[in-house]
Amino acid sequence: MASAREPLLTAHGVVKRFGHVQALSGADFTAYPGEVVALIGDNGAGKSTLVNVLSGVLSPDAGEVRLDGEPVRFSGPMDAQRHGVETVYQDLSLAPDLDAAANLYLGREILRGGLLGRIGVLDRPAMRREAVRAFAELGVELKDVTAAVTTLSGGQRQSVAVARAVAFAHKVIFMDEPTAALGVVQRARVLETVRRVADRGICVVLISHNMPEVLSVADRVEVLRLGRRVASYTAADTTIEELVGAMTGSLDGPNGGKEAEDGR
Amino acid sequence: MTAESEKAPAAVDSRAGVPDWLRRAATLNELWTFVILLALVVFFTIAAPGKFFTTYDITQIAVNAAIYLVLGVGMTFVIITAGIDLSIGSVLVLAAVAAGEYNIHHGGPASGWGTVAFSAVIALAVGTAWGALQGVVVATGKVPPLIVTLGGLGAALGIAELATGGQDPAGAASTHLQNSLGFGKVLGIPWMVILAAVVTAIFGAVLGSTRFGEHTLAIGSNPTAVRRAGIPVGRQLVKVYGLMGLLAGLGAVMWLASYGTTSIAGHSTDNLKVITAVVLGGTSLFGGRGSVLGTVIGVFIPAVLTTGLIVIGVQQYWQDVAVGVVLVVAVYIDQMRRKTRERA
Ligand SMILES: Nc1ncnc2c1ncn2[C@@H]1O[C@H](COP(=O)(O)OP(=O)(O)OP(=O)(O)O)[C@@H](O)[C@H]1O
Ligand SMILES: [Mg+2]
Repeated sequence: MASAREPLLTAHGVVKRFGHVQALSGADFTAYPGEVVALIGDNGAGKSTLVNVLSGVLSPDAGEVRLDGEPVRFSGPMDAQRHGVETVYQDLSLAPDLDAAANLYLGREILRGGLLGRIGVLDRPAMRREAVRAFAELGVELKDVTAAVTTLSGGQRQSVAVARAVAFAHKVIFMDEPTAALGVVQRARVLETVRRVADRGICVVLISHNMPEVLSVADRVEVLRLGRRVASYTAADTTIEELVGAMTGSLDGPNGGKEAEDGR
Repeated sequence: MTAESEKAPAAVDSRAGVPDWLRRAATLNELWTFVILLALVVFFTIAAPGKFFTTYDITQIAVNAAIYLVLGVGMTFVIITAGIDLSIGSVLVLAAVAAGEYNIHHGGPASGWGTVAFSAVIALAVGTAWGALQGVVVATGKVPPLIVTLGGLGAALGIAELATGGQDPAGAASTHLQNSLGFGKVLGIPWMVILAAVVTAIFGAVLGSTRFGEHTLAIGSNPTAVRRAGIPVGRQLVKVYGLMGLLAGLGAVMWLASYGTTSIAGHSTDNLKVITAVVLGGTSLFGGRGSVLGTVIGVFIPAVLTTGLIVIGVQQYWQDVAVGVVLVVAVYIDQMRRKTRERA
């Protein structure tokens, strides 16, 4: 089914070294618009490193990244954001003392018109209005957008971080273990949000160690081991045992995945 | 105490709803200190009827507080970034010496308005440059602000002493400067107070409603998040420490205007006084939270205490004891609040 569509984001042969440690040794990655693709792998497999390369935090030592078929080389996270690529960091990356609206617009503040705007005066009413709208769109209820983020529950904080990515991404959102610290209810909400975002045509790349969660929310699963992609599955056609086998390498050699496209 | 604080004007807007209790707690520090300030004024007014809280006293308190207020405004920004600036007293002295030396060589006490203006510019420039330089070092992230500005404290004072041989030079201030900014009044309000009020109002607005203020708060709250959001953290820190230096330079001009001398040896505890005032005003030493309004309250508590104790005939050194105790309590409360927050 993947063959019918053009991939939105691809990586080929990405290499990244940290001193003597080779975190990525020729990793590939493919993502299509409007899908949720899970990126899984053992601890140290290189998932975070790959996401950092794809989101402009790290620059690769070798390899190619293409967005919409065009080769790109992001100079930093801001550059990636300009291309419509957003990241929800594992630590959420929020300023806890600021309110939800301010966090949503951190670094992209809305300024007043005219002279006041020229000297950097914020248009808080506009930011709050937009924030309420953005949260509502995600089905998130915040009683008070002017409350400091620190006073919110873990799930609400998660929602603010997700809303921040969703509000500005028009292509790809990376989420590094977004549900790791959440309770059952909040986890369901975040996954619901992930689904809703993908349905708007945005590609969501989800890193997770939780296999049932991966199978329930993802359309496809890409498996990373020792710095390279070893398999790629359609979520509906695979099992937890198969995923674990591919992650640990117990299944086999180079062509573990039954749907491995170019997984070598 | 709760009943009392509900009556305070600052409490009005925070009564929106019960679930906002945490939010209310966030503004509590400012409120508490305001209540303390109010209580002090009431106490001294009752203890010395007709003697305290006269127009003369209020004016005197405000004039004494003016320079500390200007320094406190800058320090509020610095502490909000989770930084500190110990060098302010020395930077003030260095700026005063630079401006004073220029004045001495261009007419001394009898120098004209042109010289007054240019020496003021020198003071502001020296302060800004020194502050920004410290900011550059802080921005590298290699040396903590405490050490950078401790080094700055020694170095700035040393340069000032080298330039003057350690003696306050005579004729550092023009009589024009002293008679205008120093002792002049408009409608009974001293120029010193007006200047401090204007600076406070401007930078209060900058902190509360501009992108510059927002980024300052965000850096103190979570520098990594700010960096990832594409905000140049280093550049912002240079600006914040530069602003502190600028205001120390302004403090130097105000000092020269009031006292007519550089007082090289007289500023070694400015940093402690100002940091105390800022922290009393509810600005968190851990960064991310604070307000200029709080600093105004924090500056006036020691000022009211000093005058009040003199008026009721108590040794004013009790002021140091009282402020010390209140300071520790204020930081204790701030710590507790952090802990509660982290558990949430
Ligand atoms: N900044 C760094 N400096 C040195 N080594 C690093 C750095 N970042 C990652 N590594 C190394 O690269 C390898 C891959 O790390 P990475 O964080 O990408 O793994 P991961 O798949 O995200 O693991 P986890 O599931 O534990 O989050 C590891 O061996 C790690 O030690
Ligand atoms: Mg990781």
